[in-house]
Amino acid sequence: MTQFLSDLQTVSLSLLEGFSVTLRIFALTLILSLPVGLIVSFASRSKFTPLRWLTRTIIWIIRGTPLMLQLIAIYYGPGLIGAWASKLTGGPFTILASWHVPDRFAAVIISFVINYSCYFSEIFRGGIEGIPKGQYEAGQVLGLTKMQTFFRVVLLQVVKRVIPPMSNEIITLVKDTSLARIIMVYEIIWNAQRFIKSDGLLWPLFFTGVYYLAFCGILTLIFGFIEKKLDYFS
Amino acid sequence: MKILEVQNICKSFGKTKVLNGIDFSMDEGEVVSILGASGSGKTTLLRCINFLERADKGMIFLDGSPLWDASKTYKGSEIRKKQLNFGLVFQDFNLFPQYTALDNVTLAPHLLANERPDFKSNKKQIYAEIDQNAREILDRVGLSEKLSNYPCELSGGQKQRVSIARALALKPRVLFFDEPTSALDPELTGEILRVIRSLAAQHITMIIVTHEIDFAYSVSDKVIFMDDGVIAAQGTPDEVIKNPSNERIKAFLAKLA
Repeated sequence: MTQFLSDLQTVSLSLLEGFSVTLRIFALTLILSLPVGLIVSFASRSKFTPLRWLTRTIIWIIRGTPLMLQLIAIYYGPGLIGAWASKLTGGPFTILASWHVPDRFAAVIISFVINYSCYFSEIFRGGIEGIPKGQYEAGQVLGLTKMQTFFRVVLLQVVKRVIPPMSNEIITLVKDTSLARIIMVYEIIWNAQRFIKSDGLLWPLFFTGVYYLAFCGILTLIFGFIEKKLDYFS
Repeated sequence: MKILEVQNICKSFGKTKVLNGIDFSMDEGEVVSILGASGSGKTTLLRCINFLERADKGMIFLDGSPLWDASKTYKGSEIRKKQLNFGLVFQDFNLFPQYTALDNVTLAPHLLANERPDFKSNKKQIYAEIDQNAREILDRVGLSEKLSNYPCELSGGQKQRVSIARALALKPRVLFFDEPTSALDPELTGEILRVIRSLAAQHITMIIVTHEIDFAYSVSDKVIFMDDGVIAAQGTPDEVIKNPSNERIKAFLAKLA
């Protein structure tokens, strides 16, 4: 019994350490993807056709391939290109020979931000397109600039509309962070798997579920609170 | 001098000609009603004068000088300035749902005040004046009890009165109404018509697109009847509504009666 309690303490602390990496991936991805996603959503609605098609093609590729594959591509891709380029002598390719992403964590953040920006952009696009044209027209006849109409009139209505699909996506992000393990970023799953090799303990792997559940529970409460806060208008 | 004059306004959507050479003018303090069947171009005309659509041809004059000319191109900021000469009350209100009745009225004046040169030194006083003005206008349309209510807490008639107040707060030279009672239940149209009537009594220059013939007859100085993208008749309410010479008007009025 005391053995188990001491194991529990060691495992909990180690998992907590891993979970702090999980949380860092989560928080950085969220903070960066929300504004980038908003900008991507503008690009995907651009009146300039080449930009609109380019954006929609990128969104198609990112949403149409597994995040795990994107993670591998971002981390190993530049190095592979570099290795290929170093075999070619001279020419414009020599510059590529030094290509690589040195930091695993940076690779995770880059691929997560690209992936989640695309998903968020589609949610924003739906939210923006759902705002009645009359809101923009009312802004215009009242002499508001386009920026003022967007930030003072439209944006909060978009936020209200996108909260439910957004909370869904954000909760998915919590669990997607475990993919970082694939390029050896020591998040919570990696920390739990370590106990299998070092101590023959399988249960820490399942115990990680408690951390995910607790965190998603907190997020659900927060989103519920925000939805309620925005309940005063319709 | 005419406060507003439009000349030869033409507008097509694709191959469909919606407005085919509209000419009219009005004096300051006048009320002009625009009648006509659905699809005759009334709303498009209003939208062209308010720059929500760009007419393909034609000119708009304000106080005798050219305000807008279809043959010229204008920057967005120029159009925005010209726009402020006019106010528009929409059929379906288009209130901003996240703002209270009072904030709906003060939002645009607050944002416009930012551009005043004395804004930084005088912010408090400017905002207080705007607030005071908004409260008075909302009181005039009978909503002094509803200042802090959100649009979703108001009836259709109250919403439309807020939107009238919102347009009035910018002191437009000409106030336009696009079928202001069409989205309302019949028992609520009366309160809107009363408000418009009281504005007419205060000599606010207005153009009203409406299907309320009796109202148009009693409130207007001038009535325009539109048919198929042109003005089929214009004149005093008696000339156009009581003794119509035009067969199309007779048919239109007979259908409504």
